[in-house]
Amino acid sequence: MDTIRPKLEFLSQSLIQQIISEAYLILDNPGIFVENREALQLFQDAGMQVDLDSQRVRLSAKLIEDCLASTPATIKLYDRKGEKEYLVGKDEVHFDPGSAATTLLDHETGEQRKAVTADLIKFIRLTNCMEYIDFQSTGLISSDVPDIIGDSYRLYIGLLFCEKPVVTGTFRVEGFQPMLDMLVAIRGSQQALAEKPLAIFDACPSPPLKWSNLTAQSLIDASRAGIPSELISMGMTGATSPITITGTLVQHVAETLCGLVICQLAQKGAPVIFGGSPSSFDMRRGTTPMGAIETMMIDCGYAQIAKYLNLPTHAYMALSDAKVNDNQAGLETGIGAVLAALAGINVVSGPGMLDFESCQSLEKLVIDNEICGMSLRLIKGIAQRDDPIATALFAGFTPKTQFLSMPHTRKWYREEHLFPGIIDRDTYDYWVSLGKKSMPERAADKVNQLLQESSPALVDEDLQAELRSIMTADARRNGMSELPELSY
Amino acid sequence: MNKDEMYAEMKDAIISGDKDKARTLAEDAVSQNMDLNEVIEQGFVPGIQKAGDLWENGEYFLPELITSAECMQAAMAVLQPSLEKSQITASTKGKVIIGTIEGDIHDIGKNLVAAMLGANGFDVIDLGADVKLERFIEAAETENADFICMSALLTTTMLGQKKLIEMLKEKNLFGRFKVMVGGAPVNAQWASEIEADGYAANAMTAVNTAESLMS
Repeated sequence: MDTIRPKLEFLSQSLIQQIISEAYLILDNPGIFVENREALQLFQDAGMQVDLDSQRVRLSAKLIEDCLASTPATIKLYDRKGEKEYLVGKDEVHFDPGSAATTLLDHETGEQRKAVTADLIKFIRLTNCMEYIDFQSTGLISSDVPDIIGDSYRLYIGLLFCEKPVVTGTFRVEGFQPMLDMLVAIRGSQQALAEKPLAIFDACPSPPLKWSNLTAQSLIDASRAGIPSELISMGMTGATSPITITGTLVQHVAETLCGLVICQLAQKGAPVIFGGSPSSFDMRRGTTPMGAIETMMIDCGYAQIAKYLNLPTHAYMALSDAKVNDNQAGLETGIGAVLAALAGINVVSGPGMLDFESCQSLEKLVIDNEICGMSLRLIKGIAQRDDPIATALFAGFTPKTQFLSMPHTRKWYREEHLFPGIIDRDTYDYWVSLGKKSMPERAADKVNQLLQESSPALVDEDLQAELRSIMTADARRNGMSELPELSY
Repeated sequence: MNKDEMYAEMKDAIISGDKDKARTLAEDAVSQNMDLNEVIEQGFVPGIQKAGDLWENGEYFLPELITSAECMQAAMAVLQPSLEKSQITASTKGKVIIGTIEGDIHDIGKNLVAAMLGANGFDVIDLGADVKLERFIEAAETENADFICMSALLTTTMLGQKKLIEMLKEKNLFGRFKVMVGGAPVNAQWASEIEADGYAANAMTAVNTAESLMS
């Protein structure tokens, strides 16, 4: 009684092979820019042709193949306690909130504004409560600390208040060490962290065909610490990558393979996730719509290629470019979540996100949680629960037969059907009696309820103190003597 | 081909985005000793103006607009040496120092703005991407610029825009250059908060804003 897992594929095997082979050709000639001395040294040591002046490296097919062979096909992440295990690979799907928003949509005023520590804590606590969102992300930047420590500070708050594994990344080369120190503090030792990874570090190449100093260093540092690197190539069709979807896929694969090679040269066997944030560049407005259907097609396309290469996958999907929680927000998020789930993308970053990956909304996070739930239900497929399927249920059939009180119903209804929280399925009159509330209004009620009723999932006091001391030291090095008060 | 026919061809070369044609026509104008200022004013400029109109009307999208701007640059590159040789200064609407702030390596937006300003008669000095704040000020002083234009893609580098204005104040240079800011995280409110003179959401608005600041 095997259940078919519904699956979406866009590319034929021969097209996948051609895309990969063109990416190899580009990496060999003209090659790719890597603006990091250590990475260039690694390439030289591996016998590659490196031009130190122009910082261009040419990669051989042999090296790429060797590096692909040493990259694990699956990664296991663990929650803060190191107990719950999450497989990243195969067709497993995990959602996490879209990361690094610079503003928060304030439900009271309807305006976007900068977030402060108290907002960040709410966002993280809420993430901890979301049933269908497996990972947390450092998805909001706090404006009450210096920007330079924005990377470590958001991880600090995330580790304090949420038990889920975390998708994060550095904003500066120096950001890596304090962030690593905090993760090690949670696990107890660097080896324990490598054995049970708690965080994924994102690193984005700069299209076309360049890895910057910061991002290449992040790949090297993370790989040596056993932290999975998520490679986020982000071509903008017709602007920073070819206009065609296949053309952008070629560049995407080339940039990603180069990142993967850096990771493997830094530490053979380093965990790598084939991710991305490409976009269908809007030729009228010059913007990068994440909700465009073509953006999602590129995402599903590279994920299929990554699976062909036997690599874990990631995409920025299940998010919207709308500015408020309106129809567009729901439809773009919904389409993205469903497509990502059908494409079997392992880490899907997006929930909560609005306005081209720049704005987080607590209400949207709660709404999107339901979208994620539906998407996850969808890919469980249609299972045959019994054999025979139904004939036995019709034994003794009479005009009065109903199914509500059958044991069979009781046995299966919670598994076959998902029960939404704030999706409206009330009758009209009942909906009126509840105050005629729209989806964002119901979501706002839910946000308040969850924040009031759930107790903060804080780490124990010793660990709080240790994390605080690491964070305070980083803040002091960067001109802030005392960290903001933590109110929750 | 008489003069008017040539001007019509020049205009058409810019509108249709035919770089080779724009370059050849500019070369012809030089070899025929035409009045180059008039060639620019009556031949090429009407072309870029028309492209701008087509953009405003929603008929042209970025690929057409940027190609027209590049055609304009190609023609100007041919005309410029001859103008200088005959010691004619091409009329300019203003001198612009433009760049993307240190820490940002994405500069597609800045390139669009630079191209459109250049195509619309501004003298543009593009410092490129990942530019130190000091460099903006040095270049503006050396070149006696009218504008400093800064692009930022990240919120971290966006703060550089504020810092540059503070640096101008420290050096008693505030007010000497018109400062225009843009980039993904930047908006009009931020521009007024940091006391920038102008903000532009896109390349065409940048041209309009710069023109109104000069008038």
